[in-house]
Amino acid sequence: MDYKRITLLSGHYGSGKTNVAVNMAMELKKEYERVTVADLDIVNPYFRTLDSKADFDHAGIRLIVSEYANTNLDVPALPQEIYTIVDDTLAHVVIDVGGDERGALALGRISDRIREENDYEMLLVINRFRPLTRTPEDVLVVMREIEAAGGIPFTGIVNDSNLGAETDAETVRSSLGFAQEVSKLTGLPVVMTAVEEELYEELKDEIPDLFPMKLQKRPV
Amino acid sequence: MADKVLMKGNEAIAEAAIIAGCRHYFGYPITPQTEIAAYMAKQMPKIGGTFLQAESEIAAINMVYGVSSAGKRVMTSSSSPGISLKGEGISYLAGADLPALIVNAQRGGPGLGGIQPSQSDYFQATRGGGHGDYHLIVLTPASVQEMAELTIKGFELADKYRMPAMILADGTIGQMMEPVSFDFEVAPQIEKPWATTGTKMERKHNIVNSLYLDPATLEVKNIERYERYKIVEENETMYEEYMADDADIVLAAFGIAARVAKSAVNEARKQGIKAGLIRPITVWPFPKAPFKKAVEHCKAIISVELSMGQMIEDVKLASEMKVPVTLTSRVGGMIPTPNQILEDIKKAAEGGR
Repeated sequence: MDYKRITLLSGHYGSGKTNVAVNMAMELKKEYERVTVADLDIVNPYFRTLDSKADFDHAGIRLIVSEYANTNLDVPALPQEIYTIVDDTLAHVVIDVGGDERGALALGRISDRIREENDYEMLLVINRFRPLTRTPEDVLVVMREIEAAGGIPFTGIVNDSNLGAETDAETVRSSLGFAQEVSKLTGLPVVMTAVEEELYEELKDEIPDLFPMKLQKRPV
Repeated sequence: MADKVLMKGNEAIAEAAIIAGCRHYFGYPITPQTEIAAYMAKQMPKIGGTFLQAESEIAAINMVYGVSSAGKRVMTSSSSPGISLKGEGISYLAGADLPALIVNAQRGGPGLGGIQPSQSDYFQATRGGGHGDYHLIVLTPASVQEMAELTIKGFELADKYRMPAMILADGTIGQMMEPVSFDFEVAPQIEKPWATTGTKMERKHNIVNSLYLDPATLEVKNIERYERYKIVEENETMYEEYMADDADIVLAAFGIAARVAKSAVNEARKQGIKAGLIRPITVWPFPKAPFKKAVEHCKAIISVELSMGQMIEDVKLASEMKVPVTLTSRVGGMIPTPNQILEDIKKAAEGGR
């Protein structure tokens, strides 16, 4: 995928935004010197980009995250350095927006600057196996709510349909039609289908724009 | 495959409750169980149900009392400090012989503690938690699939025995995502002739109450209730045994701790140590039988918990201390690693304590 300076990932919570964000940053780092991940999740205190801190440090990727992420303090706090996202225009940034419209509210702080600079992709991450986004119509509702709250219109779709550890090639195949339906309904292109790297070889010849991902580790 | 969905444990509880016919949810937000309330808030209006965010946990549990009195399936959910607040209401439910489902996604304590997982409300759950002589049926899921299945089981048992049931989960199982299938049979709800649904001038008034002016009557009520508890103990105890049959070292663990313990058992077996696991699924009633059986052949029992040692007391009672019983634990929101448990298995296998 051709990356814009800012890539925003949003969608229904639990769709896999954080895993996509982490992997996009790693991919960007292969091409660009300055890469930043901005974790603007104000909803979920668990399973954050911070879980990949060691990998980011190793790769030389800057992480902007609330100092309270992964702690016992569950407050909807934004990171102090949030303006770096729009001020440091030499860096490529991946923004992990929190889930649903409540999470997207956090974007309000910088959405005018992002629109003004106009060098961004706002990607809708979808997973057809999440119970509240099983139909394209459900996805459309979530999408409109996020746009209204965050103030940035979507430009594309990331199909991240998965069943966690039980995901196999058939799981991914069975989601392609769904992604196309969402695309038709929303008028947005499917810019990539994200899969765990083990499935990449098997699927790369049949699915266009397939994106291999290393998944964040879970505690148990 | 196609009929599976990817859910957080908390969402699975909410969806299962809806499938079980629960149309009334009352709660007050607290991490790490808020997804239950959020799910109910989204879904209940679509199916003619009631989602109500009460002004406090105390109000919520008393709303549960009201709906249960009217014979409807009803639930509330919270996390540790919120469950303490509900304690009085839970005791009233037990005293009035009312079914209800209460979910506790435990977090680190005591006090405000933290939002990371814990199992340190074991005493509170298994000994009643509120005042007076009573028990709850306490179910402890160890996967997102079990969150769903035990929620339905909880409603069924609560109705059958006219007592509150609790899902004793923790922050991790509430938050983590796994594939779930809802492709299971749900038994039709049983009649509740005791419910206060209006006499229609056709029967005597039903009374739901936990106040008895005559102490002799109250005593009889208590004794009758404990007769019912005996039947629950005989018929509804649930547990899983994993390689426990020939084990020298038996682990005892429930919920999230049992998942880590299972990994440790597998590793120990690879290294030639005969380890096994007894996983209580109900912790009240506590499964005594597998421990009685285990002490016939095992050298030691290790209770693996996310507490300073609470279930270990039941393990000691059930095993009658015929072998040494030790504790492996992490607390405050930390989770033991399979390695930590493995080291303790090795120590026990060598006869050290």
